[in-house]
Amino acid sequence: MAKRYVSLWFRHLKTDWLTLRQPQLSNKALVLSTPSHGKMLITATNFLAEKEGIHSGIAVADARAIFPSIEVMDDNPSLPEKLLGKLAEWCIRFSPFVAIDPSADGLIIDASGCSHLWGGDEPYINEIIKRLKDRGYEVRGAMADTIGLACALARFGKEKLIIEPGQNLEAILPLPTASLRVDPEIIVRLHKLGLWQTRDFIKMPRSALRRRFGKDILEKLDEALGFKEEIIKPIQPIQPYQERLPCLEPIVTATGIEIALTRLLESLCTRLQKEGKGIRKASFKSYRVDGKIEEIKIETNRASWHVNHLFKLFEINLSTIEPDLGIELFILEAPIVEDVSSIQETMWNRSSGLENIGLAELLDRLYGKIGSKNIYRYHPDEHYWPERSIKKVFSLAEEPASPWKIDRPRPIQLLSNPEPVEVTAPIPDYPPMLFRYKGKLHKVMKADGPERIEQEWWLSKGEHRDYYSVEDEEGNRYWLFRSGHYSGNKSYQWFLHGFFA
Amino acid sequence: MLGENANIIAQLKKEILPLQGFKSIKGKENYDLGLGPIRFAFPNSCFPLGAMHEFCCDEKENTAATSGFISGILSRLMKDGATCIWVRTAKTIFPPALKTFGIDPEKIIFVDLKSDKEVLWVMEEALKFDGLAAVIAELRELDFTASRRLQLAVEHSRVTGFIIRIKPKKLNTTACVSRWRISSIRSGSPNDLPGIGFPRWNVELLKVRNGIPGSWQVEWINGKLKPIQKSIAVIPEEQKKTG
Repeated sequence: MAKRYVSLWFRHLKTDWLTLRQPQLSNKALVLSTPSHGKMLITATNFLAEKEGIHSGIAVADARAIFPSIEVMDDNPSLPEKLLGKLAEWCIRFSPFVAIDPSADGLIIDASGCSHLWGGDEPYINEIIKRLKDRGYEVRGAMADTIGLACALARFGKEKLIIEPGQNLEAILPLPTASLRVDPEIIVRLHKLGLWQTRDFIKMPRSALRRRFGKDILEKLDEALGFKEEIIKPIQPIQPYQERLPCLEPIVTATGIEIALTRLLESLCTRLQKEGKGIRKASFKSYRVDGKIEEIKIETNRASWHVNHLFKLFEINLSTIEPDLGIELFILEAPIVEDVSSIQETMWNRSSGLENIGLAELLDRLYGKIGSKNIYRYHPDEHYWPERSIKKVFSLAEEPASPWKIDRPRPIQLLSNPEPVEVTAPIPDYPPMLFRYKGKLHKVMKADGPERIEQEWWLSKGEHRDYYSVEDEEGNRYWLFRSGHYSGNKSYQWFLHGFFA
Repeated sequence: MLGENANIIAQLKKEILPLQGFKSIKGKENYDLGLGPIRFAFPNSCFPLGAMHEFCCDEKENTAATSGFISGILSRLMKDGATCIWVRTAKTIFPPALKTFGIDPEKIIFVDLKSDKEVLWVMEEALKFDGLAAVIAELRELDFTASRRLQLAVEHSRVTGFIIRIKPKKLNTTACVSRWRISSIRSGSPNDLPGIGFPRWNVELLKVRNGIPGSWQVEWINGKLKPIQKSIAVIPEEQKKTG
């Protein structure tokens, strides 16, 4: 497809922004200044100041002499980059590929195949300019086959700002040499020789041009004419798996958003299915009329291209999207996709084990509501210390690395913090006769033990535990332990740690 | 004539059962869950799968006994490698002990939640999915509407649901097909060996739809519930010395 580029030039980017922030500045001549070599130099002007003949590069003192009542403010050199970044993101609604112009205060939009959605090149560019003007920015825009030509036209073009495909040469001829984006020194040299317009030197032999003005000028000419491709970096990398849905009328209803999501999912999933891939992570972005972007994200356990399932995952958080005045563009992206084998899928679907697709889909739905940290399985861990003998596993695919130990009795209910109990034991290392737990006295009728479990000194310090399983006269079975040895001067403590079935 | 009527009534009763949520699952019509004598309390002498069962626990000790009893049933349900989901608000289950009841603990997916409301939501979502052996939920209160939602979900998916109600304020009516109370009783001494024997429980079936409520004293041995032989249950007082 033939490439089409739109170049936007914000003539008074910084002053426009300041006027937006402080509306009282709108009818004053405003300049921004920055100190340089001991004097204040003007770096930006607004429209009114420009009308008085003040332009950037002259000293503030000189400007005051021309027009005494100008408003002078400090310049912030990092501001344009931030502003352009924001504006570029806003412009994504017109094309997925928007870049910041390397030469100052401009944006470049790759409009290839976009303008027909707005009814042609002219309505497209007019819409962009009108919308930006409504936001309060003075902007010039031009459209051409190449970035170089579009930029030159946006800044220096006279009447025709939209160049039809294939008419690059005619368009470039009347443009001034300064529009070529080469080193200012070279421009000065060209001017000295009386070469004011591109047509003055474009027919000169290339070798002569290279010898006199360097190879830069030839490169820029080639780029502007489309003989050489210029590379720009988009503000947001284009996702390979992305679907867009621009809306003619802003969407404000939940039903509208649902329809948009379903359509995007259908087209994305059809494409993924053809390529044998499935979504692991996806995000659904809604671009609002007022410039804000609402985003919801989902994650899946297993790569999936099931529209219904993915829709259900999004549905949980769909109500958090605030359409406000309306949403004009929906984008569905899948940053992470994985291969899906359809043969395996049918096989897995029949089993009722952990590898069932339906189970992964069920958990995906639960993740969306309660978070993935709260859903897990237990695997044995190679420790004797009861609290450490199990570990949480969050993936469904992981297999236990070691078998479960069942040689010693373990209670089915384990308290996360052992609770202290008062105990009467006949002689050391014998199980207790009586113990009092939460004020209730239990008489021990049967007992097993002790089972000594040592602390793992490389993990934590503390006393070992002597565990006893005991049964009281009612038949309830408990797991008690004594922390440490009996000894005269040291205190020892008994704890209740669990309940047997 | 009387015999004929009895036949008709039996036939009609059988037809009514599926309408009341007792649909038998294909291939599992005569499924033995190792319940021993308890199975005769149920209609068709078959523990109702694909239905909701409610267990009441007043004390922590009861909860342990209940978890043990449910684990016993689960071990049969999960025999073919099936998985189950355990929804809870307190992290008390100690998985290594489940292994002694014949369950592969790594096959259970635990879901930790903060409130009963969340538990009910997760349980209903899980019960709607037919690829699980069972869903177990620990919660405090269960009103009739919530229980009916769960019962409707299981009738559709044929998954068995267990609800462990911990210290419920009031035992209200629910749509569950059965209500149980399990408590521990003193274990026996096989071959007169000292120490604690196999787990023994007093199983009370307080309510069962179309069945016969009752109470049994059973022992969990080798993956099966067996009725207690009275001779083992009675231990002379003087042998119980521990000191």
